[in-house]
Amino acid sequence: MANTYTLIASSTVGSGGSSSISFTSIDSSYTDLVLLASIDSSPSGTYNWGYLTFNSVGSNYSQKFIYGDGSSVQSFNWGASAQLATGMLNNATQTASTFTSCQFYIPNYRSTTNAKSVSSESAMENNATSAYITMGAGLWNPATQAAITTITITPETGTFVQYSSFYLYGIKNS
Amino acid sequence: MTETLTALEVCCCGNCATAGHPKEVIRPLTAAEITQRNADAAAYATRKAEEDAAATAKASAKASANAKLKALGLSDAEIAAL
Repeated sequence: MANTYTLIASSTVGSGGSSSISFTSIDSSYTDLVLLASIDSSPSGTYNWGYLTFNSVGSNYSQKFIYGDGSSVQSFNWGASAQLATGMLNNATQTASTFTSCQFYIPNYRSTTNAKSVSSESAMENNATSAYITMGAGLWNPATQAAITTITITPETGTFVQYSSFYLYGIKNS
Repeated sequence: MTETLTALEVCCCGNCATAGHPKEVIRPLTAAEITQRNADAAAYATRKAEEDAAATAKASAKASANAKLKALGLSDAEIAAL
């Protein structure tokens, strides 16, 4: 059972927006990582997606999602192996200045022998009938396993807008 | 005017000041990142079109099924209970 949450680093997007956020040089003194994010993005549409990659590697990812939109629940496989997905994200179509709350849990991130699993949750905010909540189970299974030292998040399209914020925590098991 | 796309990098070494590098760097995207970004946008457009088509087909099938059930004499409450 995890008994510590230590803030490793955080960042908030400035006025110009950003096309990606990377946490680099993540040290190996923790057992698990938790990434919390509050995200809004620039394009219009029912929702946007965000992409998650490790160590700047764009391959060997797989993921399963379940999501609800307030009236139905569906599941699907994320079709791309080049990245994991964050879940549906707010964009310019939703209520202004509302953000999607996201959490990604990455256990055993420093293993050099095992694939890395990621469990995720994201909940859009919208003062309207349409909004999505997403849960995902993902795996990064490269041919050569490596400790995660860099996490990069990018919007599928557009940019992360001002005040989107990202917090990376380390968890120890002792 | 061309938008300058930027990446925000946050160092987690915990020793930035001593090491003499900034904790946060905002830099322009590299050519490779822009290429990937364009590919992502194309994939997004393709998938969105597929999702929209699937949603339209599902709504159409649902409306058709409801109409057929009503023609058999089922009430709205009975259809909703299925």
